[in-house]
Amino acid sequence: MHEMSIAEGIRGVIEDAARNNGFSRVNRVRVEIGRFAGVETDALEFAFDVVMRGSVAEGAALDIIELPGRALCYDCGETVEIKDRLDPCPDCGGGKLLAQGGDEMRIKDMEVV
Amino acid sequence: MCTVCGCSGHSVEDQFRAHLAKTGQASAGPLAVLAQPVHEAKHHNHGHLDIHVGLGPAGTEVPGMSQARLIEIETDILSKNNGYAARNRAALSGRGILAVNLVSSPGSGKTTLLCRTIEMLGRQPLAVIEGDQQTTNDADRIRATGAPAIQVNTGKGCHLDGRMVEQALGRLDLAHGAMLFIENVGNLVCPASFDLGEDAKVAILSVTEGEDKPLKYPDMFAAAMIAILNKVDLAPHCDVDLDLYEANLRRVNPTIEVLRVSARTGEGMQAWIDWLKRGLAAKGA
Repeated sequence: MHEMSIAEGIRGVIEDAARNNGFSRVNRVRVEIGRFAGVETDALEFAFDVVMRGSVAEGAALDIIELPGRALCYDCGETVEIKDRLDPCPDCGGGKLLAQGGDEMRIKDMEVV
Repeated sequence: MCTVCGCSGHSVEDQFRAHLAKTGQASAGPLAVLAQPVHEAKHHNHGHLDIHVGLGPAGTEVPGMSQARLIEIETDILSKNNGYAARNRAALSGRGILAVNLVSSPGSGKTTLLCRTIEMLGRQPLAVIEGDQQTTNDADRIRATGAPAIQVNTGKGCHLDGRMVEQALGRLDLAHGAMLFIENVGNLVCPASFDLGEDAKVAILSVTEGEDKPLKYPDMFAAAMIAILNKVDLAPHCDVDLDLYEANLRRVNPTIEVLRVSARTGEGMQAWIDWLKRGLAAKGA
């Protein structure tokens, strides 16, 4: 359940932003989560609701934008987009792929009042 | 600035506070603010206690538009943890210390491997940070070898984070050129996401766990620089294919280095010791 720690990370960023930008309520938070970030989006949604209680983001909607995974294929040398770490190369069918991105975990923006 | 008419300040209060700050009369009470006749009060309801429609954070009111605004954040969710990790990394590198983060499932033999490693490293200065949910059993085992160890009990936590390691580092007196072993909580999922400031994650898996372990938990093995296939002395007794273990590790991480080791018999341990010594030499370079 490290999604709980991730939700706490989101709360920390929101509280810093509330101090710096002077807002008192958050309606919506948009986060970008890479395919390979190791985050279960259902678990994050659950943790988000729980962790935001008592904060400016209590009751806020959480929009999760899933970012694709990219990998370098060691067989054909191409950088390709894959859904799962274990997917074969969509170009050549090779099985040795080195992830090149997709581990992002970022708060993109939020709607505040 | 008001985006409706261009007047400065959103309210009488704001303008008056700015005025007080300039004239050094900041001690004036709040009622003094309301006594000031300023143009917004008659203008479009910016001031007084009348109708404060223009006081939303957007600082404007346009019929039909929400007072909500969008704030660009573009901040890494784990930025706090990453901040601690970066500080740990800088502090360790400044003293030429090699730090490794040992990750595995519970029972893969991390602590036995560490005890054997400490024996083989002899006089090499080192310390251990032990992460577990409960008990000081592992730190006790390490201390029995004579090496300093700090136990971090995470309680309900499923991983160590950068702050815990920073706190543990504060309690260790690490010599220049030391090695730091961080034994993470036995868990093949969560520790993959939390940077502690280490030079490398070392994944340990034992031959009894099944060849498909890297495929079941790919994030962890993808994050590791080296994998130690431990308990190879048991391989003949449990029908395992060590080559298949290695093939599966390389499938999730084509650049991973794999060492076949038995911490119990000492088989393959020298290659691990050599890897550590090379890593330490590179830190001092």
